[in-house]
Amino acid sequence: MKKRIRFVLNGEKRAIDVAPQETLLEALRDGLGVKSPKCGCDRGDCGTCTVMIDGRTVRSCLVLGVEVDGAVVTTLEGVMENGELSPLQQAFLDRNAFQCGFCAPGMIMSATELLARNEQPTREEVQEGLAGNLCRCTGYSPIIDAVLETAGVVPKGGRDERP
Amino acid sequence: MPITHSFDYQKPGSLREALALLARKSAVALAGGTDLIGHLKEGLVSPELLVDLKGLKELKKIEHRGGALHIGALVTFAEVIDSKVIGKKLPVLAEIARKVASVGIRNRATLVGNLCSAVPCLDTGPILVAMDALVLVKGKRGSRKIPAEKWFIAPRKTARKPGELVTGISIPLPRGKAAACYLKLGRYRGEDLAQASVFVSIEQSSRGAKARNFRVAFGSVGPVPCRARKIEKALAAGGALIDMVALKKLVPAEISPITDIRASKEYRLHMCQVMLERALAAADGRLNGTGPAYGASLL
Ligand code: FES
Ligand code: FES
Repeated sequence: MKKRIRFVLNGEKRAIDVAPQETLLEALRDGLGVKSPKCGCDRGDCGTCTVMIDGRTVRSCLVLGVEVDGAVVTTLEGVMENGELSPLQQAFLDRNAFQCGFCAPGMIMSATELLARNEQPTREEVQEGLAGNLCRCTGYSPIIDAVLETAGVVPKGGRDERP
Repeated sequence: MPITHSFDYQKPGSLREALALLARKSAVALAGGTDLIGHLKEGLVSPELLVDLKGLKELKKIEHRGGALHIGALVTFAEVIDSKVIGKKLPVLAEIARKVASVGIRNRATLVGNLCSAVPCLDTGPILVAMDALVLVKGKRGSRKIPAEKWFIAPRKTARKPGELVTGISIPLPRGKAAACYLKLGRYRGEDLAQASVFVSIEQSSRGAKARNFRVAFGSVGPVPCRARKIEKALAAGGALIDMVALKKLVPAEISPITDIRASKEYRLHMCQVMLERALAAADGRLNGTGPAYGASLL
């Protein structure tokens, strides 16, 4: 039997009916047409489905839609600031931090949380923060540099020269 | 893979209500869901009712009381890492939590859920058996406190009876000055299941200035976490001197590793010996104030 859930999605109040067995990922993509979270592994290993619940990232393939009743959900669509790319998104773009782009929504969500909790991360902390977000294209370096550039620890377009 | 099996979902507002719902046949408790939802997708469980515990505030607490640390069933690994009480009273628990999966999983997965999964590679197993933690269980008929060593029965099998709910765990804290270390071996750093893991705790004993108590346990090298009592005894008898060569010879008798896709049994055994030495050195250093910070990578 479907349940009515009410939650805030990217700043807007939404109410939808979900079956208890529907994952949040399915509810977002198929129910609401929000397509930035991707289904990679569907078992919590790859991070492409990453969204935020109440400001913390989760793997939406491992959350049921019914569980977000009353919560605040943010997807990549909600990361833009007043219609402009966030500094992190801009750094991803500037540094070619994605090729096919499949991992990018999840990467950006994870990195957004990381920078919100740790303004000046070390390279290792970025690696740790993004572990579990897999990228099959870039080899990770440009992604990590983009995060460090946003944090201001690596100069714009420059390299990480620290030991 | 969508969940093909259909079930009902309820989110009770009180523990009593939750226990009444869980007493029904084919009801399953849901906390973080990072394990359960995977199992639902794979058809490993097919409940008729999911009882979401996340409305039960009393299960969200981390408390230091009566010489023990109490951690409620809804406390996530992220909350363990951020907890001031844990950082002060048992920092090694945060060190362990940091090694679990990825940030996005730790934000959701609970420590209690981890021990309920009871997989051989679980990260919380070694500390719980080594520190004589108690698993707090409630059912319609009352509550039980199950020692961690009795809790783990076999892979994915625990002492929990149908209809019972784990409400939390309680970890007795060392009375004297103490330090500990957890080392986890994975195929790469970041998000991987343990190939082998070692937990070591050293506590200054009241028996004398030089006397120390040791607690040692291994994970991922047996069907359940293995408390290494022979090694603990040898260490306590040795006092300040640790004879590593003799100690390493005791490791094979304490563990029973197997070969699987993550590692061979020979490699696991060898690395348990290596990690035991490093974990002891780190814990010893931490006790003297010279060791690596908790969470530092030592492998
Ligand atoms: S699709 Fe959710 S982690 Fe891979
Ligand atoms: S850019 Fe293709 S997966 Fe990361």
